[in-house]
Amino acid sequence: MAKLPLQFRLNGSDRATFVDPASNLLDTLRRGLGDFGPKYGCGQGTCGVCTVLVDGEPQLACLTLAVSCEGRQIETTSGMADGPNLHPLQDAFMDHFAAQCGFCTPGMLTAARALLAKNPQPSREEVVEAISGNICRCTGYEPIIAAILAAANAPGARRA
Amino acid sequence: MATMEMRKDLFADERDDNLNVIGKGVQRQDMPGHVTARTRFFDDHAFDGMLHLKVVRSPHHHARIRAIDTSAAERAPGVKRVLRGADVPVNKNTLLSLINFGKDDEPSLAVSKVSYKGEPVVAILADSEAQALAACKLVRIDYDPLPAVFDVEETLKPGAPVVNETYPGNYFEYHERFDHQKLRFGDVERGFAGADIVMEHRYQMSPIEHAPTETNGSIAAPEQNGRYLVHSCAQGLFFALGTTAKIVDVESNQLHFIGGTVGGGFGGKVDSLTEPLAVLGAMLTGRPVRFVLDREEEMLYGSPRGAERIYIKDGLMRDGRIVARHIRSYFDAGAYTRLSSYAAIKCTAHVPGPYWIPNVASDIYVSYTNRCPSTAMRGFGVTAVDFALEVQMDRLAEAANMDPMELRILNAYRDGDMKPHRRAAKNTALVECVQVAAEKANWPLSEQAKRASSLIGGGAGERSQIPATQLDARGQIGRPDSRNGPVTQVLPAGTSRIAPSKQPVMEGARDGRATPTQVPRYEPQRPAAPPPPPAYQPAPPPYQPASSYSPPPAPPAPPPPVAPAQPQHGAVRFSSVFGTRRR
Amino acid sequence: MLDLRTCTSLSEAAGILSGDRQALLIGGGTLVMRDVNEGRLTEGTLVRVTDPAFRQMSTGGARIELGAGVTMAMVLANRELAFLHAAARAIGGPAVRTMATIGGNLFAAAPYGDFTVALLALDAQVVLQSGYGSGRAVPLEDFLSARERGGQGLVTAVQFARPQNPAEFHFRKISRVKPKGISLLSIATHLPLSGGRVAQPRVAYGAMAPTPIRARGVERALDGKPLDQSAIQAAKQAALEGCRPATDAIASEWYRREILPVHLGRLLAGEPR
Repeated sequence: MAKLPLQFRLNGSDRATFVDPASNLLDTLRRGLGDFGPKYGCGQGTCGVCTVLVDGEPQLACLTLAVSCEGRQIETTSGMADGPNLHPLQDAFMDHFAAQCGFCTPGMLTAARALLAKNPQPSREEVVEAISGNICRCTGYEPIIAAILAAANAPGARRA
Repeated sequence: MATMEMRKDLFADERDDNLNVIGKGVQRQDMPGHVTARTRFFDDHAFDGMLHLKVVRSPHHHARIRAIDTSAAERAPGVKRVLRGADVPVNKNTLLSLINFGKDDEPSLAVSKVSYKGEPVVAILADSEAQALAACKLVRIDYDPLPAVFDVEETLKPGAPVVNETYPGNYFEYHERFDHQKLRFGDVERGFAGADIVMEHRYQMSPIEHAPTETNGSIAAPEQNGRYLVHSCAQGLFFALGTTAKIVDVESNQLHFIGGTVGGGFGGKVDSLTEPLAVLGAMLTGRPVRFVLDREEEMLYGSPRGAERIYIKDGLMRDGRIVARHIRSYFDAGAYTRLSSYAAIKCTAHVPGPYWIPNVASDIYVSYTNRCPSTAMRGFGVTAVDFALEVQMDRLAEAANMDPMELRILNAYRDGDMKPHRRAAKNTALVECVQVAAEKANWPLSEQAKRASSLIGGGAGERSQIPATQLDARGQIGRPDSRNGPVTQVLPAGTSRIAPSKQPVMEGARDGRATPTQVPRYEPQRPAAPPPPPAYQPAPPPYQPASSYSPPPAPPAPPPPVAPAQPQHGAVRFSSVFGTRRR
Repeated sequence: MLDLRTCTSLSEAAGILSGDRQALLIGGGTLVMRDVNEGRLTEGTLVRVTDPAFRQMSTGGARIELGAGVTMAMVLANRELAFLHAAARAIGGPAVRTMATIGGNLFAAAPYGDFTVALLALDAQVVLQSGYGSGRAVPLEDFLSARERGGQGLVTAVQFARPQNPAEFHFRKISRVKPKGISLLSIATHLPLSGGRVAQPRVAYGAMAPTPIRARGVERALDGKPLDQSAIQAAKQAALEGCRPATDAIASEWYRREILPVHLGRLLAGEPR
């Protein structure tokens, strides 16, 4: 089966690769383009560790058909920091001990980023809803919720 | 950030005042990597020409394998190699064989029979994951289903299907002789006879899946000089290295394991579930090989915390004192031995809970069933029995018409109390924990309970003594089936029994082996010294099983210190496998 | 190996699906890609539709039509569909809702498919297109009962009448995990009141049978009655009629049967969960 050409913008850079017709976006990002930010956790849409932004909206890379991303903007946690300057969410996650093993962290950050882009001053309930598709097995959700709420109040948080 | 309360009123002499880290916020060194997604987990490594390994699993709980046909799979697109049991150099292993504990019983790939649903039979290596998955469907395995057993007690009954041929009695054999872990202290039957209330209940816990967000997996790649690089999710990296070296039959210095960054483990990543086949695949193909469990495999076939069934029988006085406790428990090992054998040891070390009870007995079994092999998980061996014990404590409190907090304070260990394991309790703090919990919960405690202290009353009188231990008609301690029989011998107070020889003294013997009766030998044991609070009592010499792998006998314990002992810093550990104490 | 066909028109996709039994439509991917990832789907052709009509929403009038490719996030972003927001929000987390489509939800096996339960209580019709012909509308209930057999063609849209009074439409998903868990069961009710009496009620359940089902016993018990204690009692009595819940990882059949009347009663009485 012939591979299909695919082009999209990944974290602000144009990228091109070839994919199997039924490849998912997660394998394409990780194995094809070497962006190991999104993780594999379940392959079935229950854990959220592969969450990425597609044209600013959160999507699960493991369930996204790669070719459906032709010409679109993909953003992952790998591109979240501005050079040496961390995104306010990243700072807040560090300050609030919002990670233990770190495996859910990229997905959590992306889900939170999608929330703050649309809703810069979310309520606690809205934060909980925003990360309801992301599973953390180590820390518990409290430090993560606290970090997102703190980031929302930090200067520069609206930078998506 | 949650605030931490430092209570300086309790155990002030236990702790230095100049703590630099505890109670303060310190940034973790791995945090910047986590929040920038630069932390590299095992799967975050790129290799050219990497193959993907998928396994074909048994759809049966228990079945004989008549034939395996992999010819169609071998011809499938992208398939580079198909592995079967015969390809695995050492196709039988048990995890703790690295420390000479237990017999090799689990194949990497099943050959003649499968003993649980999901057991790996054939491995496929292909250029892509999709090709490997497609080829898995082409493997034809002819099974002859066998009767299966899933219950931890049913499996020990005569006539139960033999789950694991290495242990034909369906129980783990400790030191190749004992069918369970046993603890005897005093005389529980006499305790029950003299108790106001005797209460027995059954408790049960289902298996629990760790469900780490990162599933088990590894990548193995050929390196120079005949070495293999392995990116592993293992929680015990050198354990995984040793296990892999054994199974693929190479020197361990040929394996270069990289790990330490684990996407959640909780005990579920100690089994080397993927490393041996990944390395074998890399050896046989010369290509990097990635073997990652998918979520369904992780949930159904990654080892869980094992199921347990626990019976607790207590003798209680109306004033709330527990005078006898007998615990019988069955650990579900699943089909093979991963770490359930160790769980039973930990359980035995934990009974009777944090309470001083003058008569204690426990019989902890490890049963094989046609279920997924069980393993470590956060306090395994202890959590379920703790659940059972604490529910039982509440029931005892109700029976004695007593406040449950007060019942716990009344029965809690004090420093200097002799534990059934023949060691003096030290650094006990249950009394204080309950007091603080009651205070925080606005739970009223009596003045007497409020005044209680772990430092007061411990080791007083019989509380520091090792009582006489009842022996049965054959001179064995507490065979469960003869506990009520005539008692002909009593192990004198202050003595401990030395295992007589390496000859088998199997109990039950439902596998048809002889059950020789051994006359036990005794050796005098140092009488336990009276408690000298606040100094710490050195433990009496540990019980030494006379087996091939026991360390040399420990030197006699030094005399109790006269001056108050220095607070202990640094870990003092009791190795329950070897029965030794080390720093 | 799986192949992929990208179709710029609905009729092209319908034609492929009619002519190739190994062809399968992929919408948001939440069902199909899972089967691909786990190796259940290894052969055949995935059919992808880029026709804008597939994601069209017509929500202004009394008759609402939603393209099968409309996502849960699109429903949630549409104020005219506010009465459906509770059902749309019941589907996954935000990332799943960006992807999951209304058409896909019609095919989700129990205990999934909560949005379809809401559509069933709205007496929705499914627009099906077979081959290159034009679409035909079939009642959702008929579509669901024929779902397992397959081969009904391409689902292009769903249609339903806007409830005259959105306050008379209710949806509740019962799960153990907050804020989000898989359904123990879900209930949707549309109970139009006419002169103080319920007129032509529609009640539907999710996870109480292999597909979402109508609760005809409950509908009969409520029809023509004021929504009072005795009517609610009668509805609870009839709640389990036609139910065939499964025992799965989420709950046992017994448990689902036990809790359904309780939650139905609370919903009808306007009590919180």
